[in-house]
Amino acid sequence: MVDTTQYLVLGAILFCLGVAGVFIRRNAIVIFMCIELMLNAVNLTFIAISRSLGSIDGQVFVFFIMTVAAAEAAVGLAIILSLYRRRQTINVDEVNLLKW
Amino acid sequence: MEQVLFWICGVVSIVFAVMMILKRNPVHSALCLIVVFLCLAVSYLLLGAEFLAAVQVIVYAGAIMVLFLFVIMLLNLDDEVHSPGKPRMALIAGSSIGSGLILLFLLTGGVFKALSGTRGAEKVVAGNTQAVAELLFTKYLLPFEVTSILLLAAIIGAIVLAGKKG
Repeated sequence: MVDTTQYLVLGAILFCLGVAGVFIRRNAIVIFMCIELMLNAVNLTFIAISRSLGSIDGQVFVFFIMTVAAAEAAVGLAIILSLYRRRQTINVDEVNLLKW
Repeated sequence: MEQVLFWICGVVSIVFAVMMILKRNPVHSALCLIVVFLCLAVSYLLLGAEFLAAVQVIVYAGAIMVLFLFVIMLLNLDDEVHSPGKPRMALIAGSSIGSGLILLFLLTGGVFKALSGTRGAEKVVAGNTQAVAELLFTKYLLPFEVTSILLLAAIIGAIVLAGKKG
C-alpha cells in the first residue's frame, strides 16, 4: 500500500514540470502539451485523495476534467492552426499583438 | 509490489516529463508525453481507479495525443530555435519550479491533514466502474449533461476556427 503522500508529491512534481515547460518553451503546441501535463498532475492528486477519503466523487471529477481537457485541446489546436495560417509561425514570442 | 510499481512509474514519468520539456523537436515531445500518460494510467490502476486508467489510455494517450501529432505534422515545423537574449527565462523557470514545489507541498500537506480527520468509512470497491457510473448518473447528472453541451460547443468552435480558409 503506497502512502497517499507519495502520490501527492509525484503530482506536485509533475505539475511544477508543466509550469516550467510553459515558461521555458516558445512553441505554442509544446506549451499546450505542458498544460495537459499539469491537468494530469491534478487528476493524479484527485484520485489519490479520493482513495484516501474512501470516496469515489474525486474520480467523477477527474472524468469531468478529462472531458474539459479534450474540448480544450480541440479548440486550442484549432486556434493554433488558424494562427499558423495567418502568421506562418507558432512561436509565442512573435505573436505579441495583445502583449502590453 | 505496489511500492515497486509506484516507484518505477513515478521515476519514468518524471524523467519523460523532463525530456518532453527539453526536446527541441515537438514530435519527440509528444511521444514523451504519451509515455508520461501511460505511466499515470498505471498509477491510476494502483490507486484502484480502473475506469479512469482505461479512459486515460484511450482518450489521452490515444485521441488527444493523436490530435497533437496530427497538428504538429500538418504544420511541418522546424526544430525550435532558441531566441537570443532570453537567459532570464531559465532563471524564472528555475525559481518557479522551486517556489511552486514548496507551495504545493505545503498546500497538499495542509489539505491532506485537514481532510484525513474526515476519512470516510466506506471502502472503495475493487471493481469501481459501476460505482463511478452510479455516481455519474445520479448525483452528477446535471454536470454530465452540461459536459455534453461543452463538447458540442468545442466541436463547433474547432470547425469555425480551423475549418475555413483564411
